[in-house]
Amino acid sequence: MRKVAIYGKGGIGKSTTTQNTVAGLAEALGRKVMVVGCDPKADSTRLLLGGLAQKSVLDTLRDEGEDVELDDIRKPGYSTTLCVESGGPEPGVGCAGRGIITSINMLESLGAYEEDQKLDYVFYDVLGDVVCGGFAMPIRDGKAEEIYIVCSGEMMAMYAANNICKGIMKYAESGAVRLGGLICNSRNVDNEKEMIEELARKIGTQMIYFVPRDNQVQRAEIHRQTVIEFSPEHGQAQHYRNLAKAIDENQMFVVPKPLQIAELEKLLMDYGLFEA
Amino acid sequence: MALKHKSIPDVATVKEELLKKYPTKVARKRAKQIVINDVKDGDVVPEVQANVRTTPGIITMRGCTYAGCKGVILGPTRDIVNITHGPIGCGFYSWLTRRNQTKAPLESSENFMPYAFSTDMQDEDIIFGGEKKLIAAIQEAYDTFHPKAIAIFATCPVGLIGDDIHAVARKMKEKLGINIFAFSCEGYKGVSQSAGHHIANNQIFTHVVGEDDTPKLGEYKINMLGEYNIGGDAFELERVLEKCGITLVSTFSGNSTYEHFATAHQADLNAVMCHRSINYVAEMMETKYGIPWIKVNFIGAESSAKSLRKIAQYFGDKKLIDRVEEVIAEEMPAVHAALEDVKPFTEGKTAMLFVGGSRAHHYQDLFTEMGMKTIAAGYEFAHRDDYEGRKVMPSIKVDADSRNIEEIEVAPDATRFVPRKSDEDLKRLAEEGFTFKDYEGMMPQMESDTLVIDDLNQYEADKLIELLKPDVFCAGIKEKFSVQKMGVPMKQLHSYDYGGPYAGFRGAVNFYTEIKRLVTSKVWNDLKAPWEENPELSATYVWE
Repeated sequence: MRKVAIYGKGGIGKSTTTQNTVAGLAEALGRKVMVVGCDPKADSTRLLLGGLAQKSVLDTLRDEGEDVELDDIRKPGYSTTLCVESGGPEPGVGCAGRGIITSINMLESLGAYEEDQKLDYVFYDVLGDVVCGGFAMPIRDGKAEEIYIVCSGEMMAMYAANNICKGIMKYAESGAVRLGGLICNSRNVDNEKEMIEELARKIGTQMIYFVPRDNQVQRAEIHRQTVIEFSPEHGQAQHYRNLAKAIDENQMFVVPKPLQIAELEKLLMDYGLFEA
Repeated sequence: MALKHKSIPDVATVKEELLKKYPTKVARKRAKQIVINDVKDGDVVPEVQANVRTTPGIITMRGCTYAGCKGVILGPTRDIVNITHGPIGCGFYSWLTRRNQTKAPLESSENFMPYAFSTDMQDEDIIFGGEKKLIAAIQEAYDTFHPKAIAIFATCPVGLIGDDIHAVARKMKEKLGINIFAFSCEGYKGVSQSAGHHIANNQIFTHVVGEDDTPKLGEYKINMLGEYNIGGDAFELERVLEKCGITLVSTFSGNSTYEHFATAHQADLNAVMCHRSINYVAEMMETKYGIPWIKVNFIGAESSAKSLRKIAQYFGDKKLIDRVEEVIAEEMPAVHAALEDVKPFTEGKTAMLFVGGSRAHHYQDLFTEMGMKTIAAGYEFAHRDDYEGRKVMPSIKVDADSRNIEEIEVAPDATRFVPRKSDEDLKRLAEEGFTFKDYEGMMPQMESDTLVIDDLNQYEADKLIELLKPDVFCAGIKEKFSVQKMGVPMKQLHSYDYGGPYAGFRGAVNFYTEIKRLVTSKVWNDLKAPWEENPELSATYVWE
C-alpha cells in the first residue's frame, strides 16, 4: 500500500486535484484507494461521494462513544474508492490539529490500513499549510510516505510549497517520508510551467504534472462529481488520468531542500519579469 | 549515637563544586543564581539573578503558574467554588485539603474546601472546544450549592485551544446573578508559580475587592496579606490579634471567605506577610483606597512581637500599644520555657531552607531563636527584591516573561479613597523610624559567607547536602524523600508535614519542639541496611 499526502496553500485546489487523481487511479488503473480528508470542513470527498452526506470520524466518535465500527466512518465512493472525513470543530473553537491526530489513530485502531483491506493507496488531503503539530500528523510516524504539493505560479502558492518542504525535511530526517513532486494546478500565470519546473529542480524534486486550467472542473463540481465521472471523454479528464499514471509510475522520492527566501524571490523575479 | 564527622569545605569551594557538572553556558547562568552572601553597611548585598526561566533539563523545585494562582492564592478561600477548567489531574493535585485549613463558623456555613471541582476535559473537548462543558459545570455547581461566587481557572490546554473563559464568566454571571470571574493562569505562562500569584492578585482585586460596602465595625482594622493558613497558622494569628484587640477584616487568603475579600477595602492597614505573592494587591489597594501597607513577619516569636508592636505603632493609640505589650508579656514565658528545653539540643546546629518566596527568609528567624545557623537558603519563585530588598526594584530588568503578565492600571476611587494618615502623623511616624511599603529582603539578614541560591534543583540539593551536611533541610514534598534518603532530617515548609501551626507564639513553640525532635532523632543512624554492613554473601569480580 502506498501512503500519499497532498499538501498545498489554501484554495489552491488540493481537494479537487486529489479527488480527480484518485478517480483516475480507480477508473483507469483499477486501484483501490482510501481518501482521508483532514479538513474540519469535511469537504475533501464530496466529489467522490456525490455530496456531503457522510458523518465524520470525530462526529461519530462523539455520538457513539467508543463503540465505533469501520463502516460507520468509511463510505464507498466513486468506482473503487473509499472515503473518510476526519471532521473537526466549528471555526474558531477547539483544536482541529488534535482532531486529525485522534481520527487517524482511530482509523488505525479500527484496522483501516490492515493488509486484509487490500488497499493500493491511501490519500491524505490536508488543510492548508503545515501550521502546527496536528496538521503534520500525516507526515509523522510514517503515516504518509509520499508527499505531493499542489501549487501554481502565484507567489504565495510557491512560498507555501517551500514552507511545506521545510516540514517534510524535518520529518524526513527521522522517518520514511519523502517528497514525490510538485503538481502544478495552473492559474494561467506567465511562464508558469517553466517557473514551477525550475522551483522543483531547485528543491531537488520534479514537477510531476502540469494540470491546465479548465472550467470543466467547475462544471463537474457543481454536479458534485469529478471530471472523470462527469465527462469521461473531456480533455481535462485525460489530464487527470495522466496525473494518476504519473503518480502510479513515480520513482523519484527525495528529501527536499527548501530554498532561502532570497532565492525564492529571485526565482520569481527571473521568471515573472521575463516577457513571454 | 555516632557523631557525624564534619569536614566542611568553604563556600567558594562549594559553589565551584555545584557548577562543575554543568555545560559552560548553563554554569555561567547558574553562577549568577548561586551567590555567596556578603553584607556590607548593614544592607548592601550582592546581586542574585532571580525570576528567570529554568534551563530545560534541570529538575527544578518550581511549580507552575496555575499552581500559583489556584493552589496558593485562591485555594484557601472556603466559600468560592473554584472550578479548574482542564483535564482532571490539575484540579485533583491542586486540591489542598492537606495543606490549607479553614474553619467555618457553623456546621451549616458554606465550605467547599472538601470538594474538588473540575471540568474533566477529554480529548473531545480539546478538539471541539470546552466552553460548553464549562458552562454546564458552572450551572451544575450553581444548582447544587448556590454559592456567592464561582472562580474559573485555566489550565494549559485551555490556552492552546483558545476557550474564552472570561466571556463564559461574564455570560454566566449575568445569567445566575452571582459573582463569576476567571483566571487566565495557564501553567506555562510564566517563569514559575509567581506569575500565577500576579494573575490571581489582579483578578481578585478587579472582581472582588471593594464589592461590599456593608460597614465592618471594630477598632484597629487591618488586613493580613500573604498568609495562607498552612497547618492552621491563621488560627494562631487570629487568636493573637483578637487578644490584642485588633480587628482582622480579611486575610489573603488563609481561612478566608468571599465576604472578607469584598470588604477588605475598609481596613486601615495592610500587613504583608509573604511579600512575593501578594504585594501587588497591597500596592493596588493603597492606590485605589488609600490603605498603607507595611511588611510584617509572624514566623518566630521575636518577629511576631516586633510585628505586633509595628502595627500598634502605626495606629499610635496608647490603649493598643499597652495592650500589645501585655499580650507579648503573657505569651513570651511559654516561648522562653520551650526554648530553654530545646536549645541544648539545637544550639550550633545548621539548617538549609529552600522554599517559597518568603518562607526561606521568615523561617530563619525561628532557627536563629533556637541558636541554629542557616548556612544556605533560597527561594523557588521569588524576584530580586525578595532577596536584596525593595531598594533594588528600579534596577530589576523587566523581561518578556514578566511583560506577558497583565499590569493593571489603578486610579484612586472617586468616593472611597480615604488617606488613612494625616501628613502630621506620617511625619511623626517617619521621625520614629517607621517605614511603609518596605521589605529589606532575605540577604541582609543572613550572615556573610552563607550561600544564597535561587531556583535550587535536585542535583544541587544533593550536592549541597553531601558537602555541607546540614542538620535539617527544609523544602517541599518533591524534595522530601531524596533528602531523607541521604540521612538528613527533612521538614516540609509548604505543608508542614501535616504539623503546625508554626506562626505566632504558640506556633513558635510547636516549631522548636518539632525541630528538636528531628535533629535528635536516632532513626537516621539506622539507614544503613544490615546487608550493607555485613553482607550475607561476599564475592569479587574475576578481573579484580
